[in-house]
Amino acid sequence: MISSFVRDQWYVAAYADEIGTDLFARTVCGEPLVFFRAEDGTAVALADRCVHRRFPLSQSRRDGDTIVCGYHGFTYDTSGSCVFVPGQKRIPRTARVASYPLVEQDSFVWVWIGSRDLADPDLIPRAPWLADPAYTTVRGMEPLAARYGLLVDNLLDLSHETYLHGGYIGTPEVAETPITTEVDDEKGVIYVSRRMADAACPPFYAESTGIKGRITRWQDIEYRPPCLYLLHSRIAPAGVLPNDDGTDPDAFHVEVVYAITPETEHSTHDFWAVARDFALEDAKVSGFLHDSNRAVVLQDVAALNILEKVIAAEADGYQELSINIDTGGLAARRILARMAASPVKEPA
Amino acid sequence: MSRVAVLSGDRVYRVHWRLGTDRLVGVCHCGAEHEAEDPVELWEWLLAHPEGHHATAPAPARDLAGTR
Repeated sequence: MISSFVRDQWYVAAYADEIGTDLFARTVCGEPLVFFRAEDGTAVALADRCVHRRFPLSQSRRDGDTIVCGYHGFTYDTSGSCVFVPGQKRIPRTARVASYPLVEQDSFVWVWIGSRDLADPDLIPRAPWLADPAYTTVRGMEPLAARYGLLVDNLLDLSHETYLHGGYIGTPEVAETPITTEVDDEKGVIYVSRRMADAACPPFYAESTGIKGRITRWQDIEYRPPCLYLLHSRIAPAGVLPNDDGTDPDAFHVEVVYAITPETEHSTHDFWAVARDFALEDAKVSGFLHDSNRAVVLQDVAALNILEKVIAAEADGYQELSINIDTGGLAARRILARMAASPVKEPA
Repeated sequence: MSRVAVLSGDRVYRVHWRLGTDRLVGVCHCGAEHEAEDPVELWEWLLAHPEGHHATAPAPARDLAGTR
């Protein structure tokens, strides 16, 4: 089977605070990785298989800034070089495990699985709200037993919320709102705008923001394939728009961030976070946003787990029907297919 | 209602859902437009640029003195 992974891209492997002194295992794009924080605080990602007999290094132990394999004692430094081999003085030249470029940014640990020399940190898409003191964030990660493309499809079409998530985030205006899908072919960005000029204010927002009466409600999806998905949600009193300079002091913002990271061909790490710039200290608001978003994620996970089983059992080339709500999802699939077919350009 | 345009690059394709209908309007970065119900057909048309896109010259300014 040809891999569908887009390897030469940055992926979120973990939240930064998941990585500590203990050895931590996570598989990204089919590659088992072991993470730990060296004594100077630097996070490290190595291949999680001893070069000798494939024992998982994550099931081994640390000795200072080295990992000592729990089977025969092969010992690796933070670069993956073997520095000790049991029973002999000579260390074979091939005794090393791969190390992976790693960047900590916006509360995430990003890793690059593909060719090292293409790993340009400037290519990492941003989600600055997650580490911004002007925002309060709730978050989680759910394992998904489905290929990552199914989650991309799911998130690019929000109209399913009326059916799958009716009790949580669907409102009647959503189905009657014009949708514009934009694709920047050069930058590889997909933007889906749903802007309700005059909508009812859901009780949660009325209570947590203090807005009385009707609202202008924007729900804009920004997808930066393959890994980062942003849902910019903006709520303001009806008719209030951002200033020309981009500032927006009279609106309330909820930034929903997903990091969609393939684990294997048939499973995905579904990172989700919800950042808001109002009611920052309100534990009840945090609790509601955490519980409701997690409930929505789990509903998606349950549905996509079923769908994965169906699709995995079917022959390739099954027939689908696409309708107008699929416009963004189709664009995402095309960009992902193009990324899989052609790696990023060599740095100049 | 004016059309939403958030992205500002030189190669942005846009698809607007025509409210109250099942029609989609595709707008190429060259200015050409095409309407369809099937998003697959519409993307094929957009991505075939410039084939079948009779890029129109910018519309002449209509706010000349005396015209309004």
